[in-house]
Amino acid sequence: MNGINAHLPALQVVVPMLTAAFVVLLQPRGLAWAAATAASLMSFLIAVQLTLAVAGGATLTYAMGSWPAPYGIALEIDSFSALLLLVITGASTLALIGGKASLESQMQSDRQPYYFSAWLLALAGLCGIVVAGDAFNIFVFMEISSLASYILIAGGPDKRALPAVFKYLIMGTIGATFYLIGVGLIYMMTGTLNLHDMEVLIANVSDQRPILAAAGFITVGLALKAAVFPLHVWLPNAYTYAPHMATAFLAACATKVSLYVLLRFDFFVFQGNLDGHAFQFTAYLMPLAILGIVIGSAVALFEQNVKRLFAFSSVAQIGYIMLGASFVSILGLTAGIVHIFNHALAKGGIFLALGAFALSAKSLRIDDIAGVAKRMPWTFAAFVIAGLSLIGIPGTAGFISKWYLINAALEHGSLGIALIVVILLSSLMAVVYVWRVVEAAAFGEPATAAPIAKIQPAAFIALWTVAILNIVFGLAPDLPVSLATDASNILLGHLR
Amino acid sequence: MAVFELFNYWVFAILLMIGFYAVIAKPNLIKKLIGLSLFQSAVFLLYISMGRVEGGTAPIFSDNAETALFSNPLPQVLILTAIVVGISTLALGLGIVVRIREEYGSIEENEIAEIDRR
Repeated sequence: MNGINAHLPALQVVVPMLTAAFVVLLQPRGLAWAAATAASLMSFLIAVQLTLAVAGGATLTYAMGSWPAPYGIALEIDSFSALLLLVITGASTLALIGGKASLESQMQSDRQPYYFSAWLLALAGLCGIVVAGDAFNIFVFMEISSLASYILIAGGPDKRALPAVFKYLIMGTIGATFYLIGVGLIYMMTGTLNLHDMEVLIANVSDQRPILAAAGFITVGLALKAAVFPLHVWLPNAYTYAPHMATAFLAACATKVSLYVLLRFDFFVFQGNLDGHAFQFTAYLMPLAILGIVIGSAVALFEQNVKRLFAFSSVAQIGYIMLGASFVSILGLTAGIVHIFNHALAKGGIFLALGAFALSAKSLRIDDIAGVAKRMPWTFAAFVIAGLSLIGIPGTAGFISKWYLINAALEHGSLGIALIVVILLSSLMAVVYVWRVVEAAAFGEPATAAPIAKIQPAAFIALWTVAILNIVFGLAPDLPVSLATDASNILLGHLR
Repeated sequence: MAVFELFNYWVFAILLMIGFYAVIAKPNLIKKLIGLSLFQSAVFLLYISMGRVEGGTAPIFSDNAETALFSNPLPQVLILTAIVVGISTLALGLGIVVRIREEYGSIEENEIAEIDRR
């Protein structure tokens, strides 16, 4: 690569971050939105370019300011980061396009430039976490993205978002600080922050106890940020009361990025170096993953607010990703990583559709969306496709990750059979909770004269793009599966 | 005395726990934020302590740079960044508390939950 292509890893962060600074100044109507969407689309194109560059398991290293690692700051992109970059930038772009009308209805237009600025900062932070090659930069980007997403959640008209975001701020900061303590302990023992260097130098540390403590702090801190059960309590309210557009963006990628850091640390840095780490990882996280799947789905069965229902479903889906990872096998990790991609497609689509429903319903309670399918048939159809993908019906993207997950479980004998029962049970619960929404929307009679609104063309295009992608990646899953297989080979490569 | 050799680290642990306790146990949102700040400050102390070299001076270039003993400057730089992050978090947190006060007329966690339930 030459010319500007050589700098793409840095531009991935720089483009949204610099645009964020001047979007604030664009007061005329719609201009801030256009600039934010352009920057987000540009990030997406950069992500595509980077994905092509690392296809086949290559790793791209970029030395910031030409200072070589480990002394300088290194950016590193491999298949795992590329997959996450596609999810983050794609979700941001589609949510910006699809959520414009919904945001217009929820926020005065003079406040919108600030909102888009925060949006781009969140995007820059999330991309930064994924491209960063050293532990401290991950922390800084994590805080940039978190602070910006607090604003995204609290910026809406719903006052209940404020206590929700306060809880998120407290728990998110505790998570990040735990991570910082862990990184500090490792730095104390190895004197490095670069992940590659760390992985090599930890092997030379004679006293493992500080490293073990660091592994604990980092795992718990990131699990808190990633809303792994039972550390998910901040998530349901934050997603429910956020503006619909922000929910679509954050539900698709925010927690996944923390899972990415968690997997990278636990597999890449610690796995080969700590005695019995694989067993501890499984024994600690597998029960939590199973509880998350079962309880998240069960609560969703009884929830009355549709957004909250799908927020609890997110807790269950994070459980699937953790369950895949806790097998500590190539197939299991592949399943988890593919599910990061597929769940983003399904949940992003659902929340985009809910944002459109909200325009023609009094609220997003199940009773209030009754009959919405008659007013918005196309939106409803896209919602159903995304819902089928969430359940994991063959032919949709969600089926692929469930299929890999079941295959990975089969490697584990009788324990695996029990796990398959859990997966099937939870899928059945998903059928029920998706059906509750579908039933109300399709067959319910609207109680009062609800506002009639047509879906905007832009929202229609974004929503159907997601719905079609759900089917495309269900029939031809090569892209996410090959990236995820390369990623799990990289993560587990140190064991062999 | 082994206890005093690790004095800084004891203070780190105690401060961390005081801050954590305040975050969990206090229903007042401002007190929670004070606890959160303490919690973060404790980590600053951890980083600064680990970079300190016995008898070392500030790493500033001077005539006897070849022979002088320096403390490790890197943790200090890291913590400078972490302090900025901490201040931003606190500022945003206080901003949210102001908004909560405007909307709910209270900054007590249980009273806010009570209003939401109605």
